[in-house]
Amino acid sequence: MIPGTAGPVVLFSLPLAAAIVVFIRPRWSVPVTLGTGAVLLAVALWLVGVVLQQGGWRQDIGGWTAPLGIGWNVDGLSATMLLLNAAVGLAGAAFHAARPAPPATARDPRFFWPLWLFLWGGLNALFLAADLFNVYVALEFVSIASVGLIGLVGGSAQAAAWRYLLATLLGSTIYLLGVALLYGRYAALDLALLAEGVEPDLVTAVAAALMTLGLLLKAAIFPLHFWLPAAHGRAPPAVSAVLSAVVIAAGYYLLVRLWFGPFAPLLGTGVATLLGLLGAAAVLWGGLLALMQRHLKMLIAYSTVSQFGYGLLVFPLVAAGAAHPAWAGAVMLVLAHGLAKAALFLAAGAIILRHGIGRLEALGGDQRGAVVAWVAFAVASASLVGLPPTGGFVGKWWLAQAALASGGYFWLAVLMLGTAFTAAYLWRALQAAVEPGWESGGEPPTLSPALGLGALLLALSAAALGLAAPLIARLLDAGPGVSG
Amino acid sequence: MTVYLSLAGVLFLIGLHGFFTARNLLRRLLALNVLTTAVFLLFVVMARLAEPLDAVPHAIVLTGIVVTVSTTAVALALLVRIAGRMRDEDTDPAAGPRGGAG
Repeated sequence: MIPGTAGPVVLFSLPLAAAIVVFIRPRWSVPVTLGTGAVLLAVALWLVGVVLQQGGWRQDIGGWTAPLGIGWNVDGLSATMLLLNAAVGLAGAAFHAARPAPPATARDPRFFWPLWLFLWGGLNALFLAADLFNVYVALEFVSIASVGLIGLVGGSAQAAAWRYLLATLLGSTIYLLGVALLYGRYAALDLALLAEGVEPDLVTAVAAALMTLGLLLKAAIFPLHFWLPAAHGRAPPAVSAVLSAVVIAAGYYLLVRLWFGPFAPLLGTGVATLLGLLGAAAVLWGGLLALMQRHLKMLIAYSTVSQFGYGLLVFPLVAAGAAHPAWAGAVMLVLAHGLAKAALFLAAGAIILRHGIGRLEALGGDQRGAVVAWVAFAVASASLVGLPPTGGFVGKWWLAQAALASGGYFWLAVLMLGTAFTAAYLWRALQAAVEPGWESGGEPPTLSPALGLGALLLALSAAALGLAAPLIARLLDAGPGVSG
Repeated sequence: MTVYLSLAGVLFLIGLHGFFTARNLLRRLLALNVLTTAVFLLFVVMARLAEPLDAVPHAIVLTGIVVTVSTTAVALALLVRIAGRMRDEDTDPAAGPRGGAG
């Protein structure tokens, strides 16, 4: 037995067990969730250490082997995503626990914590899943929990939740159709088994196209991003943080798993360029719209559309032969984006609580009670823009190296232009802090210092990610990883 | 078998058409269910085509049905709330929250 195998079991079953406990005993919600989160973070860290030492592995739950059993796959990529999920989940939970009691518009506050924990467990299952059908089940699990968390706010958030639900269910159904075609062709669902046997024929190409379409819809890649801004902008801050940082990344994670796993023989220059162009359009269009937003949270939500465009640049760069730096750079960017974006949403949540309103021009003036949040916002912005030595810088640097090495000057230009957009819209947000703003006159509401602190810790870890770059490069080399 | 395969194709198209044209929220949800059923039918056809009979697609469809029941339930719960809110706003916006005044 491999020493790490207990880790995934805890990562999957602990949040689900905790969800049931807090559903039955709502009074215990906060301590149980925070305790669970601390354990999950520790286990994810330990798992990363184990993968660093001995490489990835595959395990079958309860000794039941595929196809009827459920297999899990642990490697550098899944371990880093599990760690990201644990960090964002814990910070988000701390934020939600520390915020002042919400107004009575929230209809079912007691359902928040069980859904939160279900989402956590579902995401962990997704990052561990080793076959295509388990991925489908985990995707639906994540969708249901996310929709519930958005809809709990009530009011116009319910309409946003409904649109998100339809988009995400359509995405999973199209994905499942692709899985059915693949199963009919190869009689296998296991990612590793498929990776050995896939041939570039018509059925496989149609299946790959369908699955990619479904996942693009879930990852809100341009032009399928229409549902994201409303859903992420209207959700509570902690929910926006985990949706933007981890749930969207999960869709992207699956795209990478599929195209660098079973579908690698299909990844010709044409397909790769198409995906890269979608990414480039997302970077520019999302950046432009973020620049035009007047509400702080909507600005951050459009920024997510823009930032995941960078992730798609990995496909043309790998197809052009620069596999290693492009691949590591894209994963680094997704990680750094996850930490920084969660920090931005939590900081924005604290700032909006302080000012009582989210319009950019209203956020200036007296900043007592929101200083820590603004500092977190600034540090996270630095990483998102890509100032050295942050994680965002290292990710962009690796991508730029890959573009230079493979002669992809167009992709390099997209990278630069996107960075300029990112700097511009984040600067607009930060500028709002020092302008006069709308003075309400009264004393600012007293907020728990924990609100800004969680955001600051996330932002600092996004920045520190740059210093851990050699470690992450080694982690991504460990395990089965990618055949460029 | 061709009959069932084409039936799955037709069902998929009907579902897709309904999903993108229906204005009624409940109809869109039902169209989505038709779409999912088409995919399940495809899985069952796969099972029948395999030599010998393959049990895995059956397990997949069973799990899929459970998943679809759950997602449909969540969608309906959300729908009921949205409909309730719209009805409140339609009848009398000034009436305040329901059950407020006894």
